[in-house]
Amino acid sequence: MTDAILSVESLDVVYGDFQALFGVSLHVEAGETVSIIGANGAGKSTLLNAITGLATVKAGTVSYKGASLAALAPHKRVAAGIAMVPEGRRIFQSLTVEENIVVGGHTARSGPWNIDAVMAAFPLLERLRRRRTDGLSGGERQTLAIGRALMANPDLILLDEVSLGLAPIVVKQVYDAIPTVKSNGTTVLLVEQDVKRALDVADRFYCLLEGRISFSGRPGEVSQERITDAYFGLPGSHSSGGR
Amino acid sequence: MVWLNAVLQGTLVGGLYALFATGLSLAFGVMRFVNLSHGDLAVASAYIAMSLSATLDWNPLVILVIVLPGALVVGYLLQRLLFDRIVGVDPSFQIVATFGLGVVIENLLYEKYTADTQGLDVGSLKLSGFKINDKISIGWLPLITLGCAVLVLSGLALFMRRTRLGRAFRATSDDADAARLMGIDIRTVWGVAMAFAVATAALAGVLYGTRSSFDPFGGPVRLIYGFEAVIIGGLGSLWGTLIGGVILGVAQAIGRQIDPQYGELAGHFVFLAILVFRPTGLFGKGQLR
Repeated sequence: MTDAILSVESLDVVYGDFQALFGVSLHVEAGETVSIIGANGAGKSTLLNAITGLATVKAGTVSYKGASLAALAPHKRVAAGIAMVPEGRRIFQSLTVEENIVVGGHTARSGPWNIDAVMAAFPLLERLRRRRTDGLSGGERQTLAIGRALMANPDLILLDEVSLGLAPIVVKQVYDAIPTVKSNGTTVLLVEQDVKRALDVADRFYCLLEGRISFSGRPGEVSQERITDAYFGLPGSHSSGGR
Repeated sequence: MVWLNAVLQGTLVGGLYALFATGLSLAFGVMRFVNLSHGDLAVASAYIAMSLSATLDWNPLVILVIVLPGALVVGYLLQRLLFDRIVGVDPSFQIVATFGLGVVIENLLYEKYTADTQGLDVGSLKLSGFKINDKISIGWLPLITLGCAVLVLSGLALFMRRTRLGRAFRATSDDADAARLMGIDIRTVWGVAMAFAVATAALAGVLYGTRSSFDPFGGPVRLIYGFEAVIIGGLGSLWGTLIGGVILGVAQAIGRQIDPQYGELAGHFVFLAILVFRPTGLFGKGQLR
């Protein structure tokens, strides 16, 4: 726990009358890849939004490198080193591919990633450089979203449903990019419905069920059956696994 | 020849409408914000220019070197202190708050300057111009106004395309939450956008005051012309705003040529026709381009 780059303690998030998260606690250590798995509506994206500051926290704390993020606006969290690839990519339509990438480096945080490094890591983007974004395929948009997030030179990158709506072969290409994302020691927190993909790349995982952590562990140390039980909320699943 | 003259004069007036509309288009494009006090801010700027001109004994156009920076500051502070609270919430809050602000401005102007009509004295420039032929002449002041509109819109377009803050404007216009995830401080973007919006309103107000008389309650009419230019050109489209202003000006001039009473009516008809047949305007898609 001492190396935790991110700590979430007893987190409650409420939208109006609807409570999305109930006392969620987790930690992510520097250099790890941690996956959050869970069905649609389990609260995965809400958790990431609470970390980035887009969702308002009702109770509990989110700490980054040992300091609470409560007072930091979303743009200051990016400047502190937290970047996100949002669900649905959310590419800027009125900007070209190159401008989308450049705007990802708005905070001008120092680090190995710049426009040339991103283009070198993702040659696909180099080919699309001058293009408008409205004609891009799902895979091209996802690659662009990842390259754009790297421009912030993050220490922690949050990937929200990167496989959603993509063909299996494209999903593989996107997941093949994760070692590139991690190549400079960046920590990855991945939210995903595709359990197999999420566990294949994860050092550890948490399972969210109806706004609560229902299970956690290390992929190689937990049976598929227990993970399935936790994912669907079957009896006996509310426990901790590998750790 | 009289029709050609009408089109020419309408185009020149369209420059003024475009200037009134630029700030509305900018505020809507960047933050989906409708400022009903826009026309009143323009008229207030004309009054302030009048007072400063009398005090300093400067030409009102020279007074712009004071009024425009002041308008930038007022716009930024208005956004940060007041409008920030009503961006992104129920649009009825925007309508009530900015309409209320407009009423406050009108009444403050009334208290300070009374309801008497005023004008900005630019001396011989007001009526001077040059002849193209016996039937067509062009006034310097309308030409300067159109030139200002083209210059302002060109500057804004360059700013949007070439600068880091301009990219942030466009990203915020597309998706404010995604922009925040890029590390963009959208409140600063909104503040700067409103600063530009109020400054263009001030420029329009002062130029308007040099060619027409104004009174404390003239803001809403200027607002309507600005809105019509924005709607005709397309919401959020800066160059569409210029085209919209010119179309409105030409429509009014042609209407006035048919019958002096048809001028404004013709402009409103064109506006309504655009609303019916092309509700997004000629160039509008909702984002800043």
